[in-house]
Amino acid sequence: MSRSRGKTIAEKILSQKSQVDAYANDIVDAEVDYVMVNDVTGPIAFKEFEALGCEPFRDRIVLIPDHYVPNKDIASAEQAAEMRRFAKKWGISNYFEVGRGGVCHQVMIDEGFVAPGRLIVGADSHTCTYGALNAFATGVGSSEAAAVFAEGKLWFKVPESIKVKVTGKLHRYVMGKDLVIKLITDIGVDGANYKALEFTGKGIANLPVPDRLSISNMAIEAGAKAGLFPADSPCLEFVRTVAKGRYEAVEADAEAHYIRELDYDLSKLEPMVALPHLPENGRPVREVDVEIDQAFLGSCTNGRIEDLRIAVEVLRGKHVAPSVRMIVVPASTRIFQQAVKEGLVEEFVRAGAFVSGPTCAACLGGHMGVLAKGERCVSTTNRNFIGRMGHKDSEVYLASPAVVAASAVAGRIVAPAGMEG
Amino acid sequence: MQDALKGKAWRFGDHVDTDQIIPAERLTSDNNDRLGTFAFEKVRPGMAARVKKGDIIVAGRNFGCGSSREHAPRALLQAGFSCVVAESYARIFYRNCINVGLLPIECRIEADEGDALLIDLKEGKIHNETKGREWDFAPFPPFVKELIDKGGLMAKIKEAKKCTK
Repeated sequence: MSRSRGKTIAEKILSQKSQVDAYANDIVDAEVDYVMVNDVTGPIAFKEFEALGCEPFRDRIVLIPDHYVPNKDIASAEQAAEMRRFAKKWGISNYFEVGRGGVCHQVMIDEGFVAPGRLIVGADSHTCTYGALNAFATGVGSSEAAAVFAEGKLWFKVPESIKVKVTGKLHRYVMGKDLVIKLITDIGVDGANYKALEFTGKGIANLPVPDRLSISNMAIEAGAKAGLFPADSPCLEFVRTVAKGRYEAVEADAEAHYIRELDYDLSKLEPMVALPHLPENGRPVREVDVEIDQAFLGSCTNGRIEDLRIAVEVLRGKHVAPSVRMIVVPASTRIFQQAVKEGLVEEFVRAGAFVSGPTCAACLGGHMGVLAKGERCVSTTNRNFIGRMGHKDSEVYLASPAVVAASAVAGRIVAPAGMEG
Repeated sequence: MQDALKGKAWRFGDHVDTDQIIPAERLTSDNNDRLGTFAFEKVRPGMAARVKKGDIIVAGRNFGCGSSREHAPRALLQAGFSCVVAESYARIFYRNCINVGLLPIECRIEADEGDALLIDLKEGKIHNETKGREWDFAPFPPFVKELIDKGGLMAKIKEAKKCTK
């Protein structure tokens, strides 16, 4: 492969951060802008870091308790306390306490850590969410996070990239979530393993930033190391008011090399649902007839204000079916506050839904919506693995906020169009 | 790295996710030294107690997909497994394996549950002694090999004995 050719977004960011002229499959040592850990992955990182006896790169560390907070039991309380102590001991100011934070990835965005051209790692696999804002961001283990605490850098194998060319415009009640479920179904849960997905094409301009965030969030469900979008005007407009510090947009070169190209026409997409127990089991909602016990709206995939708005639009004047528990968990304190201000919380409660403050909640079966044996949940989250939300014989169906809200009313999985029928 | 590994095969299929390996509800730090007792508890109840030290997981594609939880390879190691032999690995899990000392060997082999396996790490060969068959596996890339030999990334940093800050 020629070493003078154009570069993908992944190659460019990793070259800039390593000060090496890097191409796919090279291994580089790159400076990391931010390293984030949560209450589950943090404690192992703290222990590993402390064993080194080094000073931390404290301004690059972000600590966000979200998986089991507010503390669900004594063990999770002890664990959350470990994070609080670590923040205090090392003077780490980027710690987001319960009531001032939320789901880690949304907090990273809300608080402006995410911006174009940055290199961010997080000890949580959905760190790839930030690719929607033109940052190269990827999940790492706790030990690797600890290494970044100490060294401010980490080794990366520069990934090959798959180009996903998008055209057209989404129909009403079809969302970024439907595109990403379709994409994962087409290429499989390891279809992008070790690779970066790079989204491009005229249709990108028609994809609002929140939809992009859902898409990049689930890049990992196809195995991808990153899910990258260009820093176009909607992206720059989005980060302009929130991003901390300076940043630089990175675009792919015209003659960059991609190992594969996929094409999607947004106008041809329809509401999708991923059946248990893999995100690659996507089907059009109209082909599915499944009764549900629970409808979950929230998480780093779909807990944003736009997701709550569309759900309220679907729910307005209607009620959650008597047989269904609907659980609504805004992804961050800022979103929660906005939802209160806009009257969305009022509308959810009126419709018979349960609404809580921000946390990961039922997404990973931690608390607030754990499923019993045989129960089924239609959920805006990102994983439907065996036992993900509770009992090993429970089932999770992944769908968009519009489908989750419509299903909550119908008592079975439907798109908004099929809600009455 | 040891020269050889010997153990009994435990058979798994494709896309074994980290929620199966160690369920999220076990991810509290009071469990961090006994993760092995919960390995595969939802999908293979009682299995962890029957694993003998040195046993080997044999799996298909994309082993360890899903979460970045380092608890997953730690759970397998604590349960007694010496390594995993899979057709392919999810990337975060692969890196985590190297850092905690669980060998992720990439190879497609034939083995039934309970088959006796002998892995020659020097020669890059896997023998299924029960079936009398043998496969070659590709050596680890030099960068990965160095990390494995040093005992993972944190051990490598410790050995360098120099804090950046």
